[in-house]
Formats: sequence, structure tokens, C-alpha cells
Amino acid sequence: MSASEQDVVVRLTGITKSFLGVPVLRGVDLELRAGEVHALMGENGAGKSTLLKVLAGVHRPDSGRIEVNGEEVVFGTPREAQQAGIAIIHQEFNLLEHRSVAENVHLGREPVRRGRVDRRRMEEDTRKLLDWLGEDGIDPAAPISRLSVAQKQVVEIVKALSTDAKVLAMDEPTAALADQEVELLYDLVDRLRKRGIAILYVSHRMREVFDLSGRITVLKDGAFVTCAPTTEMTSDQLVRHMVGRSLDALYPDRATDEDLGEVRLALRGAGNQRVREVTFELRSGEIVGIAGLQGSGRSAIARAIWGVEPFTTGTLELDGVARRITDPRAAVRLGIGFVTEDRKSEGLALRQSIRDNALLVRRAALPGSAGRKRSDLAALLKSVTVVARGEHQEVRYLSGGNQQKVVLAKWLAVGPRVLVVDEPTRGIDVGAKQAVHRLLRDLARQGVAVLMISSELPELIGMSDRILVVHEGAIAGELPAGASEEAVMGLATGHGIGEVA
Amino acid sequence: MSVVQQKSEVARGAGRGGARRFSLTPTPTVTVYLALAVLLVVGSVLVGIQGGVLLDQGGILNILTRSTVLGLVAVGQTIVIINGSLDLSVAYLVGLCSLVAAETMAGSDGMMVPGVLLALGVAAVVGLVNGLVVTVLKVNAFIATLGVALILRGYLEENYTGPAGSVPRAFQHLGFDRVGPVPIGVLLMLAIAGAAWWYLRRTRGGYHMYAVGGDIDVARLSGVRTGRTIVTAHVLCAVAAGLAGVFLAGRLGSGAPYVGTDAGYDLESIAAVVLGGTALAGGRGGVVGTIGGVLILSTLDTIFDDLAVDPFFKDVVRGVVLIVAVALYARRQLSRRSG
Amino acid sequence: MNAPTTWRPRLADGTAPVLAVLAVLLVALAFAGPAYSEPTGYLALLKRAAPLMILAIGQYFVIVSGGFDLSVGSLVTAEVVIAARLIDGQESATIWVIPLLLALGVLVGLVNGLITTKLLVPSFIVTLGMLLVLDGAVFLWTGGAPRGALSPSFRVFGRGGIDLPVLGHLPWSVVILLVVLVAAAQFMRSGTGRTLVAVGDNQDAVRLAGGRVVRLKVLAFVLSGLLAALAAILLGGFAGVSAQVGEGLEFRAITAVVLGGVLLGGGRGSVVAAAAGALTLEALFSLLNLLGVSGALESAVQGVIIIAAVAYASLGANLRLGFRSRTATESSTRSTPPPHKENR
Repeated sequence: MSASEQDVVVRLTGITKSFLGVPVLRGVDLELRAGEVHALMGENGAGKSTLLKVLAGVHRPDSGRIEVNGEEVVFGTPREAQQAGIAIIHQEFNLLEHRSVAENVHLGREPVRRGRVDRRRMEEDTRKLLDWLGEDGIDPAAPISRLSVAQKQVVEIVKALSTDAKVLAMDEPTAALADQEVELLYDLVDRLRKRGIAILYVSHRMREVFDLSGRITVLKDGAFVTCAPTTEMTSDQLVRHMVGRSLDALYPDRATDEDLGEVRLALRGAGNQRVREVTFELRSGEIVGIAGLQGSGRSAIARAIWGVEPFTTGTLELDGVARRITDPRAAVRLGIGFVTEDRKSEGLALRQSIRDNALLVRRAALPGSAGRKRSDLAALLKSVTVVARGEHQEVRYLSGGNQQKVVLAKWLAVGPRVLVVDEPTRGIDVGAKQAVHRLLRDLARQGVAVLMISSELPELIGMSDRILVVHEGAIAGELPAGASEEAVMGLATGHGIGEVA
Repeated sequence: MSVVQQKSEVARGAGRGGARRFSLTPTPTVTVYLALAVLLVVGSVLVGIQGGVLLDQGGILNILTRSTVLGLVAVGQTIVIINGSLDLSVAYLVGLCSLVAAETMAGSDGMMVPGVLLALGVAAVVGLVNGLVVTVLKVNAFIATLGVALILRGYLEENYTGPAGSVPRAFQHLGFDRVGPVPIGVLLMLAIAGAAWWYLRRTRGGYHMYAVGGDIDVARLSGVRTGRTIVTAHVLCAVAAGLAGVFLAGRLGSGAPYVGTDAGYDLESIAAVVLGGTALAGGRGGVVGTIGGVLILSTLDTIFDDLAVDPFFKDVVRGVVLIVAVALYARRQLSRRSG
Repeated sequence: MNAPTTWRPRLADGTAPVLAVLAVLLVALAFAGPAYSEPTGYLALLKRAAPLMILAIGQYFVIVSGGFDLSVGSLVTAEVVIAARLIDGQESATIWVIPLLLALGVLVGLVNGLITTKLLVPSFIVTLGMLLVLDGAVFLWTGGAPRGALSPSFRVFGRGGIDLPVLGHLPWSVVILLVVLVAAAQFMRSGTGRTLVAVGDNQDAVRLAGGRVVRLKVLAFVLSGLLAALAAILLGGFAGVSAQVGEGLEFRAITAVVLGGVLLGGGRGSVVAAAAGALTLEALFSLLNLLGVSGALESAVQGVIIIAAVAYASLGANLRLGFRSRTATESSTRSTPPPHKENR
């Protein structure tokens, strides 16, 4: 124990942080040792991102202690955290698209010789770091815009390393990666670990965490739950730590046979650039889940139904009538609703009021009917349980959960017959999550056909009446309600049922 | 390993060929100079048909001389636009600095250096105000510099009705003398453009300007002092405009309050910068393109003069050229993104 | 909605300050000048302000949807010069010239809007190009100086009025202004109007909600062009024909809109406040005039208040929330995005 004690690079104790009076972190402890991969787990809204930002010097904690190599430090700016050897790789890439790899890696710390930036040294240093990582396929002089997503991530890591980082925190590093690229990242993380760097790995994906990490710290609702070696934890235990209750109680009852109605939406051999040969039926009253890894094409199916990137082959039938949907407007007018994955950039007009957002679809796509149902707005917002100061409050001041409820209200206001929801509970707290789940199920009971995409397998399995699993742009199989996570992952990774790694 | 390897082989193949910059689609800078070349050829033919010559020594000098003042202002404007900002106060600043220089000199040889320095100092202060309003008061650059422009205008209208001050004869040489065949003004403009190029492309400060314009949050998270960078850009831009004013004082023999606005240097310089391929949103482009843009505008002017076209027709053509050029840049970016 | 839906004054964010400033100025006018002891003084002010207010209303549509219209000043000049040339003093020509002028405004707006949306050129550049084209084209056509003259019946809109029992002499331009203002306010309360604001806030969200973003943006430019034509008719009548009639009006209209608390870059602000911003500017100029401040300082004052108004809006939002952490200041710098990122 004392030996590992010496390896401790960073120790956070009793970190608390509130935003606008809402506590986000309440007394969190975290300890990182050199050469370990330390997983940070917790549901969305558990406080992982905030903790990372505290570590990165973006947020200053309200109380608590940060030690680096045994000495207490206070980070006022990201730069100070950087100088202490802490580097963060954020979910969104922090790269300048039109600058070269070397320029990005050295941004803010360009080497200067005789008054001018020493470009050659910049490129050499970058190449050295790339070589050190075993990534020789990236040209330091190439602009970032020419790189693949995985290569950009490598550049992010190199950028972090070039500050002589001893601690590397990675926030959902696989979120944007395709399958094969994830394997590459595993390799990379392993190499970094062997070179004595402490890695804080934030991820939702059980498999990654168990494959990579040596220890796991679990947060729940902003509080520290436990920290234990990965080998001493099972995935069941981990889930229980994260959720704090048994999974079954979380989800509303599934559809019964009486609930199911006519086929609402049917795809036959539909495909476009991203997906191919998609065939399935969606009945009124049921919730069908779509599972698949990021980049597998699950969102592409939703966006094709929605007309953003339309299907180019096959047919789409709505209530038995073949339709061609080439833009979102056509989809809305046919009674299809779509809750997008990215709430802030695609779902809401943040500076507008709750009222304006809730009426957005009705006004934008169905002009003339705007005044018709004016009085029911209050009832509608009540039904989705939005908590706000009033319907004129701007939505950017709402919590993520309430924002998502406004998005749902926006669609309910036009009474869709088919509702496609992409990551409906991403980044919202547990209470709001349950409310969204209940709402979706209530909608299904009222005869709406719901197609649901989610990366959170427990949620997908808990909610769905059937699960379609997408792998590399095609449907790899269909599973019944209550399928095991292993079965879903097996299909999603292309191993087939029973051959789970 | 395979996918990344393959993709990166492609990237590297493109990178090592030496033709990386010109591989698929030419950069805006190349496009600008190609357009300039085409314009010169077409212009020569048209002027030739009418029995004139476009590109004799006089013609070339004419184009370069016309480019001098706009070039100075546009080089400064390039710097702020690369920062994702812009400066609408340059036109009044040009007039103000011409007055400051001419009135300080007041015809005496000994006051030449103080006059120039004072004019540039005034310009730097105005730039500093612009920069601080943008960064400290967090006012959108459009409004901030428009506001400062209006303040300068008020000052000029209050205190001047026409030309004032006078520069000594020695200083007037700056406006008209030549080194060999090349006017001093042109050399001055090219020197400033060269210095700006060197600053943007070779120094740390210049690198940070591209970073701030590209994505201010990325720059901040990487430890770039974004506020200082923006303020510096505004000061440099203002000093370039001040230099244009000083040069004009030399050429006109006195300070003229509306010499900058009559020529529309505020919007015209932005037009030249954008025509030169610098993105109005910031983070991309450069001085070389801007000079190309300025040359295109002045070549157009010269051709129309030679053809004795109605001067108002020039404005029409300028407007169309500007829109078409930016539409082409936008188009190419789209095709690159989807391709 | 758990909280009771309390009644709140339906003032968009940022409207209150401009109305307060306007009220103060109007009261100050009454003290400063004897002309303002009666309603006629204020009516005269409104008459003077009408063209700028109408321009500001047009500019508002474009700004709130995330764009810029720099072409309105030269459009006003072009309209007046064209009207003078076409009418050339003939009474009979008035009747067909006015519709023609309005149609030209619509056409210019349509071209601005289509180039912005279809060719993806930032509206700053498009309307700057349009400014150059209009400036050049008009003088090319008229041969350098405005020619012809406006007919008396044309000028009646700008200078004439009707005599009413209580109000006394009511200028036509005030009537037209009120009609435009009420129509614009009604429009902004409608679904289409609200969607137009949402376009300025987040056009992707509107597009994905089934909205026709292109059509809405083009509509904004068309309205701006149409109202510029209307302002030109009033101005031509009021001030007569000159080549400088529209000079600097684009920046003055933008100033007015921004003064009204409308966010540059789009997504927030009310049309009434934008018009109030224009009236505030005119009232301020009148007051300065009465106080004997030289006309030259008008623009300096304009410069100071435009900066102060925007600084107040962007700094004040943070202070009011008492929310001054690092992230707060970061997000506030983002909340006023550069105007030219509209097409991303």
C-alpha cells in the first residue's frame, strides 16, 4: 500500500461545487496513480463532467482540496492546471480545423527562435510524440480538416502530452469513434499507461471500463459512492452503485397485446449512403428500441425516416401508404415527430421562451393551425411536467431534463402518430429520466408508435417492447423485450448471440 | 490499426507530394491571383481593341498607385478579420490621421517625424479603444467600431470643414517620388504587407490571431490570451489605417477630413479582404490574398478608365464581383465538406 | 407547469431600457422647447422620425433572423432618384411610379435574400455588394446627378396630412408609420413571426422542426426592401430629391435596432423596441438641437450610445444574474456571436 501511495499523482478530497445554488458535486474524492487507468463512472448528471472541469481548472471548486504530487494546489485557469501536468481531452475536440497538426499541438506554447515561430522544431516535436505513441501515420504539417475522427483524437492526445502531462483525463473518448477505431484507442491507452501516465477514463460503456481500467470510482448524484479495483467488481455491482436501486423498478410496464395496434411505419429494404436493406415494422402502441454502437447507422436510420438524409432505395410506408419523405417538413406533415440526439443544437432555440419552443413545430410546419389550439399549451406543459418560472422563461435557463421535456412538448403539440426519439435521456438527471420514460410509455398507450434509440443499454432494454440491433449500417437482428445486455452487445459488435467477448 | 493507417497513408501521400496546397482545389489565394491574371489578359485585349495599351509601364504604375492607400488599409483590416473581428472606423481614422500629421507638421521640415509619430500614436489609441470596447465591454465588433467611427465623425464634423494643415515639400515627396520606376508609396504598402505577412505567418502573436479567429474557446482553453490578441489586432489595424492617412497627407499636401470616407475605405477594405479569400468569420486567409483582392479592384478601375467607361459602372461591377467571388468560395467549401 | 402561470408584462428582454430612455427624452423635450408643450410638437417629431422608424422596422426583420441589411441606405437614395427621374414633375406619373418603387424594393430584398440563402454568401457581403451596385447603377442611369422632380401628389405622403378634430393636423407619414408598426407587431406575434425569431436563434432547430428557413429569411429581406422603399417615398416627400438622401441610413437603422435591445446575430428582440430605438435617436437629436449642441456632435453622441447600449446588454446580463464564474463570462462572450457566422 505504501508503495502505491508514492505513485499518487493527483488526489482530490471533499470537492464540492454548486451552480446557481444547485449542488453538482458534494464532497467527491478521487485519487490517480501513475501508470493506472482509473475509470470514473456514474449516470449522466452524476457530476463526472464537472469533476473533470474542476481537475482541468475550468471550474474552481467551492470547497475541497486538490493535491498534485502531495502538494496542495489551486487552479485558477486551465493554463495553471496544464502547467501542473494535467491535461483533459474533452468530448468535443478542441482543435482548429484550418491549422496544421503541429500548430494545434503547440497552440499557445509555440517554440520561438530569433523572434519567429520555429516551425521545424514544432513539426519535429510533434513527430517525435507521434512516434513515441506509435502513431506514425499522421503528417504534422497536414491540416486538421483532412484527418479522420480517430486521427483527430490522436492529435488531441498528442497535444495533451506535449504539455508534459502526467495525468490525462479522457471524457467519453469513444463517443465519436467507429468500431475499429475503438480498438486502436484501447491500444493507445495501454501504451500511455505503460509509459507511466495516469489516465482518468470517463465512459458509459461497461465493456470499455472492464477491459481497460485498473480501478473504478463511482459517482452518484454528485456524491462519491465507492472506489475499488476493477477486478473486485462485477458489472451488476457497478450498475447498482451507479443507479442505487434495482433496475427493474425503474421502467414503466411494457405494452400488452391489447395495446398493440396497426402497423404504422414500415420500412422495406430501405437504404442510403449510411444504411442498407433496412426492413422492419413499427406498430401503434409499441416502443421499438434500436441498439447499436455509435456510428453503426442507428441514428442514420432515424434521420432517414425524418428526411434529413432521405432513403434512396427501398420503400417507406406510413399506415400502409408508400411515401417519399425528402425533408423534415414532409415528415412533420405526415405525422412523424423526431426528438434529435443533440438537444441544444438541433432541438431548441435556446433564447426563445418555453412557449415559443413548445409551439415551434406547430408554427413552423403547420401554418394556419397555430391559433387553433392555443389554450391547451398550459395543459400540454403540465402533462410533460416542465418545472419553470412560467411559460415565458427562456429555455436556456432550464435544466437539461426540463429542456428535454420542452422538446417532447414541441412534438406532442402536433400530435404525432410516429415518434422517433434519439437518445431521449442524454445528460438529464434521474428524476427527469423517469418522467421521460413514463411519458414515452403513456404516448405509446395512446396509440403512438415510438422508435427509440439509446446508447444506454439498461434504458433501451428496460423500455423497449422489441429491440432491433444495428451493426455496420444494417440490421443485425431483432431481440424480444427484456433481452440481456450481452445479447444486444453481441449483435451490435458483430459477434452474434452467445459469442460475447 | 488498419483503418487509421490506410486513411493516414492517403493524407500523407497528399502531404508529401509537395503539391499539398494545390492538390484538389486551389486555395482562395491562388484563385485570386489566377483571377487577376485573367483580368489582366482580358483587360489588355479590351483596351488593345480600343487602340490603347493596358500593361505598359504607365499602366502598371497606375494600377499599383491606385492600390497603395486601399492596400494599406486592407492589410490592417485583414489582421482584424482573421481575428474574427472587423473595423468600420478605418475610413474616418484615415482622415483624422491625415489631419493630425498635416497640422503637426504645419509646413515645417523639422516637424515631419513628430507629425508622423503623433498621427500613428493617435491611430494606435483609437485601435486600443476599439479593442478594449470589444474585449472588455464585450460589445460586438461591428457595433463597437461603428460607434467609434461615429465618434470620430462627430469630432471631424465639429472641428473641420475642409482641408487643414500643410505638410512640408520634403514630405510631399513621399507621395510622388519614385525609387527607380516604383513609387515610394507602393514600396511602403508592400513593405507593410510584407511585415504583416511575416507577423501573421511567422510569429507567435500571428499564430494566436488565427487561433482566436478560428475558435476563440479552443484558443482560450489552450492558454492563448485571447483578449490581448484581439486588442493587438485592432491596434495594428488602426496603425495601418493611420499610415494610410499620413501617406495621403503627403500626397495631398494637407490633411483632409473626409479623404477616407469619400473613398469608402471602411467597406471597400472589407470587400478587398473578403475578395482576397479571407473568411469573414475569421481564422483563415492572409495578407497575400488581400493584396490580390486590392490589385483586382484597382485593375478593374484602371481598365474602366482606359475604356472610358462611366465611373458609376465601376461600382456596379465591384458589387457583382464581390458577391460572385464570395459565392464561389462558399461553394467550394461546401463541395469540399461533402466530398 | 408546476409554477402558477403568473402574468408578466409582455416585454421582450431588453425592451424596458429603451422605453425608459425614450420616456425621459420626451419629458426632457417638453422642458427644453416650447414647441413640445403641445401634441403638435410631438407629432412633428414623429413625422421626422417616421422614415427612420420604418427603416428600423425593416432592418429588425433581417437582424432578428440573423442577418444584416447594409443596402437600405443606398436603396433609399436609388428609390428617390428614380422617382424624381420617372415622375419628372408630371402629376399623372405618380400613380404608377409608387407601385413601381415598392416593387423595386421587394425585388432588391428578394435578390439579397436569395443570394444569402441559396449561394450561402454572408448577408453582410451580399448587402454590401448590393450597396455598391445600387449606388453605381442609379447614377449610371441618371448620369451622375439626380434629375427630374417629384410631383406634389407624391410629396404629400412625406409632408402633407389631414386635419382631425382633436389631434389637429395629422401627418400622413405618422398614419403610415402607425399602420406599419401595428402590422409589424401583429406579424411578430403570429406563428410565422415567432418562427422568424427562432430562425435567428437556431436555424437548424427550425429546419428540423419542419420550418422553411430559406423562405423565412428571404421574407425578412423582402420586408426590409419593401419598407426601405416606403421610407424612401416618405423621405423624398419630406426632404426632396438629393443624391445624399439615404446616406448613412443603413448604419443609423442598425443603430436604432440595436438601441432597441435587439441582439445582433439574431434570436432576440421586439419590433416595437426597434422602432422605439429609432424614435429615441430622433428625439435625442431634437433635444441636442434644442440645447444648442451642434449638429456635428450628433454622430458622436450616436456612437457613444450605441456602444453603451450594447455594453449594457452584454455586461448587464451577467451582473443581473449574479453569475460571474469563469464559465458565465465565457458563455456571455459567445452569446453575441460575430454577425457573419450566420450560414454555418
